[in-house]
Amino acid sequence: MSKLVRMDQTGHTTVAEWRADDPASVEAAVAAFRAELERGYFGMVSTGEGHAEQVKALPVDAPLVILRLPISGG
Amino acid sequence: MAAEPATLPEAATVYWRPRADGERLDRRGRLWTLTTVAHVVPFIGTAALLCWLSWAATPVALACLAHAWIIPALYAQRGANVVRPRPKTAAAAENTALGLLGDLVGHEARELHAQTGLVIERGRLGTWLVGEAGALLVRGRKVWCFCVRVNDPSLPSADRIAHLLLALRSDEQGFATVANLAFAGAPRRVRARMREPMRPALDRAAKTQR
Repeated sequence: MSKLVRMDQTGHTTVAEWRADDPASVEAAVAAFRAELERGYFGMVSTGEGHAEQVKALPVDAPLVILRLPISGG
Repeated sequence: MAAEPATLPEAATVYWRPRADGERLDRRGRLWTLTTVAHVVPFIGTAALLCWLSWAATPVALACLAHAWIIPALYAQRGANVVRPRPKTAAAAENTALGLLGDLVGHEARELHAQTGLVIERGRLGTWLVGEAGALLVRGRKVWCFCVRVNDPSLPSADRIAHLLLALRSDEQGFATVANLAFAGAPRRVRARMREPMRPALDRAAKTQR
């Protein structure tokens, strides 16, 4: 089961869960992912130790997609 | 997987800044050293001149020496402040966020974070120590202190670190471009002004650069 989690004030919230072989759950996860992007979040996936990539479309085969907010110089 | 080219989107908000790289960082580091020298030397010179002119001017000379000491000290303090811990949120949220951060980092980094509150991350530019609202980059024999944060103060501490860590991992140079440089100089100057429990993190990062 893959997960889409958003980092928020609760620690993190699971926004969607899906299985690649379940089109209905994938569709729901894709819709949830798009809605979060519209709210200003960025989708991130880990791509090995010390590496991460930003994704604009939900990577269905990724086990975990994390939504983060933009950063800025303080 | 629909991966974007490795460019931090936030870098577009600071379009006027040249993209950070090793050479640029080293140049900025040298500039910091020169600035420090430019602050210190005139005060020391003035103090020496005053003493040479008249011993009666010794109190003014001492004031000059105090300035020569305090200005670089304030800059170093500014550098150490970037990793100063921020107020914590609810314990449940902190624990949940800690779980996610723990999944993102290895055993060594998890252990160091539990001890110091900073996450160690080896990059191409050097070794990073990521805090809640800033990051230290140890590169060679210098440390660069960056002020950088996620714009949501309600986030738990570990989530704030995770935000910065993911951004750093996706585009290290972009991260160093977006972040504001607060100080660059000798690690010992920053270490002396960091909270004591955090100091082992800087020692560990410095060790990776020897």
